[in-house]
Amino acid sequence: MKNAPAHAGHGAHYFVPQPSLYPVILSAGMFLLALGFVQTMNDAGPGQWVMLAGAAVIVYVLFGWFGHVIAESQSGAYRDWEDRSFRYGMIWFIATEVMFFAAFFGALFYMRVISVPRLGEMMAVHGVTLWPDFAGTWPTSGPQGAPFTPMGAWGIPALNTALLLSSGATVTWAHWALLRDRRRQLVAGLAATVLLGAIFLGFQAYEYHHAYTELGLTMGAGAYGATFFMLTGFHGFHVTLGTVMLAVILLRSLAGHFSAERHFAFEAVAWYWHFVDVVWLILFVFVYWV
Amino acid sequence: MNTATTTQPTPHDAGHYPGGLMRWLTTTNHKDIGTMYLTFSLIMFFVGGLMILAVRAELFQPGLQLMQPEFFNQLIGVHALVMIFAALMPAATGFANWMLPLMIGAPDMALPRLNNWGFWLLPPAAILLTLPFTLALFGIGDGAIATGWTFYAPLSVQGGMGVDFAILAVHILGISSIMGSINIIVTIFNMRAPGMTMMKLPLFAWGWLITAFLLIATLPVLAGAVTMLLTDRHFGTHFFDAAGGGDPILFQHLFWFFGHPEVYILLLPVWGLMPHVLATFSRKPTYGYKAQVYSFIAIGLLSVVVWAHHFFTAGLPVPALFYFMFSTMAISLPLAVLFFCWIATMWKGAMSFETPMLFAVVFIVLFGIAGLTGLILADVAADAQYHHSYFVVAHFHYALFAGGIMGVMTGVYYWLPKWTGHMYSEKLGKLHFWLTVISFNLTFMPQFFLGLAGMPRRIPDYALQFAEFNAMSTVGAFILGLSQLIFAWNIWCCVRGGPKVDGRVWEGAEGLEWELSSPPPHHSWETQPVIK
Repeated sequence: MKNAPAHAGHGAHYFVPQPSLYPVILSAGMFLLALGFVQTMNDAGPGQWVMLAGAAVIVYVLFGWFGHVIAESQSGAYRDWEDRSFRYGMIWFIATEVMFFAAFFGALFYMRVISVPRLGEMMAVHGVTLWPDFAGTWPTSGPQGAPFTPMGAWGIPALNTALLLSSGATVTWAHWALLRDRRRQLVAGLAATVLLGAIFLGFQAYEYHHAYTELGLTMGAGAYGATFFMLTGFHGFHVTLGTVMLAVILLRSLAGHFSAERHFAFEAVAWYWHFVDVVWLILFVFVYWV
Repeated sequence: MNTATTTQPTPHDAGHYPGGLMRWLTTTNHKDIGTMYLTFSLIMFFVGGLMILAVRAELFQPGLQLMQPEFFNQLIGVHALVMIFAALMPAATGFANWMLPLMIGAPDMALPRLNNWGFWLLPPAAILLTLPFTLALFGIGDGAIATGWTFYAPLSVQGGMGVDFAILAVHILGISSIMGSINIIVTIFNMRAPGMTMMKLPLFAWGWLITAFLLIATLPVLAGAVTMLLTDRHFGTHFFDAAGGGDPILFQHLFWFFGHPEVYILLLPVWGLMPHVLATFSRKPTYGYKAQVYSFIAIGLLSVVVWAHHFFTAGLPVPALFYFMFSTMAISLPLAVLFFCWIATMWKGAMSFETPMLFAVVFIVLFGIAGLTGLILADVAADAQYHHSYFVVAHFHYALFAGGIMGVMTGVYYWLPKWTGHMYSEKLGKLHFWLTVISFNLTFMPQFFLGLAGMPRRIPDYALQFAEFNAMSTVGAFILGLSQLIFAWNIWCCVRGGPKVDGRVWEGAEGLEWELSSPPPHHSWETQPVIK
């Protein structure tokens, strides 16, 4: 860590925040969201309203808790020692996200390399006709799946790749500006990144619409449809979160927050954005292309 | 953004703390949060225990005596989920919260508000997990998850609303554990006293560090697996359905990629704690500090590459069987190093046998039985016989009750005087120890023989020839359950009062945690000590 002294610990006081009610309220909101979700899926009671209440509580906490943290940051409560805690924390949080996507990529590779080919071999090995016309090749909706057209790589997906790669460049450009204290370039870089993220999401929504209405490609389209929508869906959800986070950073930059020396929140969001970018590249290769 | 609630940027708050319930709801103090974790753990230990006592009562005699098979299955699955996620893991996190700052010379945990959130996610998750039992009483749904704790597809895809509740509960429990792990890793990396290098870190901290890394590596995969299960159930996907090109075995791979490291997640904090207890009551330094650190790391690495030994009988290719057999057996090497170090720590020591030491010594023996029976199960050829039998049940209860829960009891007796400033009743502690050890073996030793004779697990009825061993096991289980009331009573009395103790509670205790008063000051090490 370039901002950290050799060891800030001794003699300095670590910032231990005052008691806070936000964590408990957040947990209560998550409880309502989960309860309402179970109700909705099982048609048991007014699930949507319970979910809505939970979501409202969570949004309230996000504004309150993050607002509180920003106020603490602006008042100078955090110095190098605390800053290092946040950095380590964000790094390991992103590590958990990597493993979350690894589960879905693992499922994709398992199906493509192991389970689908073996399903196809069943006929040859056992000499019986379990599934007429099932070849066990990828893409597939399985022995009893409905026909569909897989998503091509070189239309919207390739365009989206270009968009996300460009957004990685613009956020780095904004970071350079921040380090050199060029505030207008910082704002311009962040605004461009938010815009690119939003366009990406628009294209993604269009692609889903196209898949459902014209290609017959749905979540129910067997192994291909399941992995396609879960991987691109969770990625899209992360892009949405990242875009919101970038928008907050943009607003804070406009409000004059961050300095060349101290801007953990900016870097955390930039790391997150690069992580989402890398996931997309793997996704583009293995879900759309090969 | 909201700036109305500006806080005082005082580096160390001289401040005002709410009392009563608000103290516990809002606290950012590592000791308060540790206390909440441990209390929650003890309550859920009794909840999970009551569930399994109902199961043992049903198994006292052959035939269906007390309940229908569906309810029996629900009790078994929720018992396991409660004991693992709501009793054992929170107990270890409670230890970490209480002890890590004291041991490494830190004022508090690195991320105190996140710490509070990590705890307060647990009660909602426990409610979600057990709510379906109550709902079923009012005719809503058909009860809790009845698949066992493993959620195997396709049974879990077909199950009722209880499966959804369990999936959402696991998500929230997972978030809680991940937040706790991030906090522990950051605390160990960033909050150590000046001069405390990684190779001077107390072994308890090392054990938890590896635990936290395992949680970060594997819990998100469980979250992914149960998410796929949820979409298979309600949103039409075919991850675990061969008709759509999926595979139910995929679920087992994903689940056990988490599930096997989970065993080490439950045990590593205990392995970290044991050398402290053994060294204290042998009045000798820990034998083989470095060897134990490297063993922790080796076990952590191996634990994520051996998962398929949990489903040898599912029809894996032969090369895969061999790989998973040999990699599993390789874990016994670093584990044997740990056993050697524990015994060598006691060797020629000036030993005394207070309650924590009694638990620690018996832990070595009983956990040794768990390890040896595990080697038998790791053998592909033998496992075909033992798989899904009571042998497996006995094996993992020697690992997780004798290794996990009795390890936690060791820690509770060892540190309780530090936390409360009072000495517990040694007499009641020893009574609790002997009753626990004897009734534990009475409960689970017969299950090895039941398993060898072919009794399958998770079935409420059994053939007549299994009757005697089952009756013994049930009697043992009830004594074991009732003995824990002594434990709870002893803790209660110790919290309320008792003889005062010094900072260094035990004569042979070494380490920073014993240099603070008992109980320690509000901000543990407000000024960090310097380690030479």
